[in-house]
Amino acid sequence: MKLEARVPAGPLADKWKNFKASVRLVSPANKRKYEVIVVGTGLAGGSAAASLAELGYRVKSFCFHDSPRRAHSIAAQGGINAAKNYQNDGDSVRRLFQDTIKGGDFRSREASVYRLAEVSMNIIDQCVAQGVPFAREYGGLLANRSFGGAQVSRTFYARGATGQQLLLGAYAALNRQIGQGRVQMFPRHEMLDLVVADGKAQGIITRNLVTGELKAHAADAVLLCTGGYGNAYYLSTYARGSNATAIWRAHRRGAAFANPCFTQIHPTCIPVSGEYQSKLTLMSESLRNDGRVWVPKQSGDRRPAAKIPEAERDYFLERIYPSYGNLAPRDIASRAAKRVCDEGRGVGGSGLGVYMDFSEAISRLGQRTVQERYGNLFNMYHEITGENAYGAPMRIFPAVHYTMGGLWVDYHLMSNLPGLFVLGEANYSDHGANRLGASALMQGLADGYFVIPYTLGDYLSQQKPAGPKQAADTEAFWQATEDTQKRIQRLLGVKGKRPVSEFHRQLGRILWDHCGMSRSRKGLEQGIEAIRTLRQEFWQDVNVPGSGEDLNQSLEKAGRVSDFLELGELMCRDALEREESCGCHFREEYQTSDGECTRKDEAFAHVAAWEYAGEGKAAVRHAEPLKYEEVSLATRSYK
Amino acid sequence: MKLHLKIWRQPGKDHPGKFEAYGLEGLNPNMSFLEMMDVLNDRLTREGKEPVAFEHDCREGICGSCAMAINGEPHGPNDGATTCQVYLRSFKDGETLTVEPWRARAFPVLKDLVTDRSAFDRVMQAGGFISVNTGQAPDANAMPIGKEVAEQAFDAAHCIGCGACVAACRNGSAMLFVAAKVSHLGLLPQGQPERKQRVQRMVEAMDAAGFGNCSNQYACEAVCPKKISADWIARMNRDYALSVAQKL
Repeated sequence: MKLEARVPAGPLADKWKNFKASVRLVSPANKRKYEVIVVGTGLAGGSAAASLAELGYRVKSFCFHDSPRRAHSIAAQGGINAAKNYQNDGDSVRRLFQDTIKGGDFRSREASVYRLAEVSMNIIDQCVAQGVPFAREYGGLLANRSFGGAQVSRTFYARGATGQQLLLGAYAALNRQIGQGRVQMFPRHEMLDLVVADGKAQGIITRNLVTGELKAHAADAVLLCTGGYGNAYYLSTYARGSNATAIWRAHRRGAAFANPCFTQIHPTCIPVSGEYQSKLTLMSESLRNDGRVWVPKQSGDRRPAAKIPEAERDYFLERIYPSYGNLAPRDIASRAAKRVCDEGRGVGGSGLGVYMDFSEAISRLGQRTVQERYGNLFNMYHEITGENAYGAPMRIFPAVHYTMGGLWVDYHLMSNLPGLFVLGEANYSDHGANRLGASALMQGLADGYFVIPYTLGDYLSQQKPAGPKQAADTEAFWQATEDTQKRIQRLLGVKGKRPVSEFHRQLGRILWDHCGMSRSRKGLEQGIEAIRTLRQEFWQDVNVPGSGEDLNQSLEKAGRVSDFLELGELMCRDALEREESCGCHFREEYQTSDGECTRKDEAFAHVAAWEYAGEGKAAVRHAEPLKYEEVSLATRSYK
Repeated sequence: MKLHLKIWRQPGKDHPGKFEAYGLEGLNPNMSFLEMMDVLNDRLTREGKEPVAFEHDCREGICGSCAMAINGEPHGPNDGATTCQVYLRSFKDGETLTVEPWRARAFPVLKDLVTDRSAFDRVMQAGGFISVNTGQAPDANAMPIGKEVAEQAFDAAHCIGCGACVAACRNGSAMLFVAAKVSHLGLLPQGQPERKQRVQRMVEAMDAAGFGNCSNQYACEAVCPKKISADWIARMNRDYALSVAQKL
């Protein structure tokens, strides 16, 4: 397998500029001869489909939801980073780049991250022009707030619904193109396979989720913008429908899967309340601007928060990480919370929770200001827990939130399969081993609005347009359709006893226990065994009622869970073979005396890219070395 | 706790539907309404029956997927909440709940509790945007926008497109949904150049999609999970009237 990063030559700050100046182009008259498939309509997919259609390409856009507006980007709360330096507090492209590289614990590609920081500013301009109602100051200029892992205020936001407003912006741009007939929209269509012929991605197989019809769609390029795979853990902050099927099936067709074990566990979520729980709800990281995180100093102290005097509280983030305090990056804050809970100092009924306290902020700013800033989050907390966080501190606990891993891509966002591009959370690219808050929205939109319009043209300029008659009836398409049909029949044919959700829950527990906030060789080996057994049981005992010929949500779930059952094993193997601790990936064997990560740069300063070897066979590990030209690898410290 | 459910079952678009009764016991009051539906569906699956089809995704009140009327109320009894944000503690032990899909001419039922809301997308495609191609934008701070205007625009833009407003309206009107988008963009300076044609096109598309007219009952505002104000409807009517008058 060839993993060529294709990073342009020249000094870091000039690479993207040079690339754009020398990129090969497709003339306006020729663009309409190319057909591009975009799967997913979140920030990455929506913005890519709209931008490519504006340029003149013929675009087909697919989503499994009933409307492109429902993609899970919609749920992002806190904000989007950009190096605008509107606050005059010392921000710059360089600093955003450095924060992101360091935040990712030096496991991301320097040139890609620098480009991300560079285009971050264009994103804000673009979104404002579209009518995104960002928060503003009284003078009418844009407001900012701080997020974890940064010492500047560079996060733009729209109350607690930044993702919604950005997605509705991309959705509007997409709608404009649909209305003009430049994008053909396929809602309620799920991609079930990638078609590869002559070594290139040439199309996809989809299932119409209402009629069950399978259809082959051919194109000159395929863009997967289908989000992350954190739902493998069952309980997560993801939407229930978020899944890995598109990227996993592309992986089965030859696309390398990079760093599958890099999973972000977000520190501030509402703790689990019972067995029936279907989803965990995030409380935006922005709360850490004013909320102070603490637990009792004494283990086993079960007194209510109000009864614990100030002197007996441990504000552990402020104590351990004085220079970043409550705004320490997510992996660090999560691990610290886990540690104090392991010591028996956790709060709430289960002991799996820490307090986030706003009493100091309320006395400093007044309840009204706190309400103005975080009102919707406090309401959400109240709705779910029935508790009033203005009166008593919130209880929070870490939960699976994002996956930094994903399909491997080069600087052009192209996978190792020519013609297959991967954008947004679905790729592995910019966040290394830990993503900073408010950087997911930035990356999704950077990829879709400002990177792919250049890099896709460079690829297509070297391809003859396949033309409308291409494909859909060639051997490869026929074969992929038949494979898909067989897999559906197999799922329906097991006719066992247990519902899909039961297997999903069990898989989630295995991954959380063995491949969660802390990992070890022994645990991972056990995890792999347990997943293999569970996968066998699934194919012997799953019960998928109904048929494949109509709307069948059990069948949809079964397909997705069958993919998670394969991906879960790869996540564990990746964690097992990365014998170091970095960012989110904490291996108990590799830690300092005070429990921080010990990175092994000589052996592991690389991206692990896994090649599919066939069902039941061990995937093959490849590596893309990470060469740092301008950043020096340092021990990450937030103390 | 214990609940009696009467749920609308309909095998497909062109099939007749009917209510089926189900009883659930041993429920935890801290469970969400949709988690209760999960429990029911797992039970049906184990019994060899087909589970109830219903839409849901984010389960935190922002994607707008979940769409059920509980005892005739779109999104159930809670104020400013979607179906997924309703918890069983809102109901009485032993209560009977009737669960239905959105009922509106423009939203045909596809299966059980799933309806086709693509009419909303068609209205948006007609004009719910500002025509700006990627890459053309001036610096974001080049044009100051008053905090109050930005806040108002956000209030309108916060609509999640769930369709509860249509389901609650006896005319099946989509005026609140359309007015929210028209107002969001019409309030901002960036939205001015297309303001007139936008309102006309969106209203035309709304009528073509089969939505009824507004009769000022404000049921839409009452059930809206994001508390979008019916004042926007008046604003849209004014915009529409002005744009038509100026065309004459």
